[in-house]
Amino acid sequence: MSEEKYIPGSKLAKWFDSRLPLLTLSHHLKEYPTPKNLNYWWTFGGILTFCLITQIVTGLVLAMHYVAHVDHAFESIEHIMRNVNYGWLIRYVHANGASMFFLAVYIHIFRALFYGSYKAPREVIWIIGLIIYILMMATAFMGYVLPWGQMSFWGATVITNLFSAIPFIGESVTTWLWGGYSVDNPTLNRFYSLHYLLPFLIFGLVILHIWALHIPGNNNPIGIDVKKNKNETMPFHPYMVMKDLLALLMFVIVFLWFVFFAPNVLGHPDNYIEANPLVTPAHIVPEWYLLPFYAILRAIPSKLGGVIFMFAAIFILMLLPWLDSSKVRSCTFRPIYKKFFWVLLFVVILLGYLGAKPPEGVYLILSRLATAYYFIHFLILLPLLGRYEKTDPLPRSISDPVLDKPSVIDKLKKAAATYEGGNVGSFK
Amino acid sequence: MLVHSNNFIKIFSLIACLILVPFSVSSEEKKFDFIETNWSFSGLFGTFDRSSLQRGYQVYQEVCSGCHSIKHLSYRNLQEKGGQEFTESEAKAIAAQFDVTDGPNSDGEMFERSGKLSDKFVMPYPNVQASMAANGGAYPPDMSVLAKARAGGADYLYSLLLGYEDPPESIKLDEGVYYNKFMSGNKIKMSAPLDDDLVTYADGTNATTEQMAKDVTTFLVWAAEPHLESQHKMGFRTIIYLLILLSLVYFSKQKVWSRFNSTTADKKEVFDKLEEIVTEYEGEDPKSFK
Repeated sequence: MSEEKYIPGSKLAKWFDSRLPLLTLSHHLKEYPTPKNLNYWWTFGGILTFCLITQIVTGLVLAMHYVAHVDHAFESIEHIMRNVNYGWLIRYVHANGASMFFLAVYIHIFRALFYGSYKAPREVIWIIGLIIYILMMATAFMGYVLPWGQMSFWGATVITNLFSAIPFIGESVTTWLWGGYSVDNPTLNRFYSLHYLLPFLIFGLVILHIWALHIPGNNNPIGIDVKKNKNETMPFHPYMVMKDLLALLMFVIVFLWFVFFAPNVLGHPDNYIEANPLVTPAHIVPEWYLLPFYAILRAIPSKLGGVIFMFAAIFILMLLPWLDSSKVRSCTFRPIYKKFFWVLLFVVILLGYLGAKPPEGVYLILSRLATAYYFIHFLILLPLLGRYEKTDPLPRSISDPVLDKPSVIDKLKKAAATYEGGNVGSFK
Repeated sequence: MLVHSNNFIKIFSLIACLILVPFSVSSEEKKFDFIETNWSFSGLFGTFDRSSLQRGYQVYQEVCSGCHSIKHLSYRNLQEKGGQEFTESEAKAIAAQFDVTDGPNSDGEMFERSGKLSDKFVMPYPNVQASMAANGGAYPPDMSVLAKARAGGADYLYSLLLGYEDPPESIKLDEGVYYNKFMSGNKIKMSAPLDDDLVTYADGTNATTEQMAKDVTTFLVWAAEPHLESQHKMGFRTIIYLLILLSLVYFSKQKVWSRFNSTTADKKEVFDKLEEIVTEYEGEDPKSFK
């Protein structure tokens, strides 16, 4: 990637930059060369940064009013909703922000799957991204416990009980997590503490994620290495900044539509009932973004097996750069993988649907089939495809596809005509 | 080859459908055929029907409050914007009707005084156990967020109030249990709370069961979401503002990108290609051609 070296404009800038190269950094961020063919699926990185900052800022304000105690938590949420100035707005942005964050992260992940962005030399970006995703799930889960509604309490009970499936030490681990013999005040307090901590870890990892990205540069829809010249890249500012901003605004409109007009549609009504350890809700379901994993958990007949498969479903993604041995990155040139990509997307959404259903009858059979397919996709199909799939020929550069457009061919002919003196037919 | 923005919109809407279909299916299953009615507060511009809210408060006070608390409402809420909007003196008079335990005073004693605007709604029972003991073991739920705590919300509450029927012959009901076609399991420990002309409306509205059900449901939606009106108003303004900003950013983006698209880069690309093709054609060093 071509990028001009930063030359300080003044003596002061030179003095400062030689001691702490912040000016070099900001110059780099501005001039960072991005492939010119990035499409709108590449704007979700910026959108996710926005989501993280929104969650941290709204969360900070909520923390000023929230009381982490089993007797006061539910009440303090109502206090925020009713008596704090614009408290309802801040809380609804925070609650719906979690859903929007996951919506964006799923698009971001599936974009990486479609265009092979996890392949060499971008494995480290991919793995850091997955760690961020895992921390996001932990943070969101603990955040959902804080209002101390029925789903908060019973969701926490179900998820923490998973650890009791670990042989020999499971019971002690669960007691240790709870800080007692059931989900109670100590549990709520530690979840609050961790819910406050983890976003900052995520923030740190996001910096590493972006740093790791800036070493090889962006992948692109064609999936081939971008040539190191100015024709194929454009500086991040203003081109990508404007494009990201446009996409971000569209995203924010959807986001705020939920906040103002359907703020509770993504949540569960039971969470407006104060937690009661003596009354179990009819169906305990996690938030929508965790449903696919919940379906896998319940698809396995043994508890320990379910837990193992659920965690395996996440960690298997870390091995993806090595499971998918195809040298071709983008789905555009992998006709068979492309079909399996869409099947995988369908299966994951199906698992999400099944996670919201009771684990019985046809739902259980379907979730077992879908779980099996999920693992077959990664463990069998991908390695086989890497070996046997016949990929389409790759273009030599990201500019190549431009020549498919008739208008450019016309331009070319015209240009040729000026050289050759009119007889364009012979040229072709 | 390149995925253009049209494709983006197509794929995005496809995924949106894929995500939303399971949502709508799962919510459909829970839904009974609720009794339909028009709510003034639904939709983008929804506001509360002020007089319905005032009547709803009357129904709550005269009918429901014997058993159901609303512990998160204060009497001051009755005079706030977006609610009943009683005048301050009216709200003060309402609050003064209630006896509130306060204290301890300087002698260390608790004492009774009449209610003030800052007081929370007085609860019918001191605690949940007392309310269960007085109601045959069933807990009359606190109504502060009831409209948000039941699938179906306002439609569910309205239907439940009107859903009392004689049980089918196959169902035997114990003493103190009633049949309601909208209650999950159809058995409810609350007897039909409303009956024609149970209350006499101050504004002269005919107090039919339907009217009272509608008014008290409106009241409960407000109780659960007292800022709903400003939420809708702010939402509408914000979205309009963002749409205008979006169109400005769209044109700015087009302008900025046109700089890149039409300048040397594209032309140079074409000429590079041209060079290659000509080289192939002429079998010569392109330099000489140039």
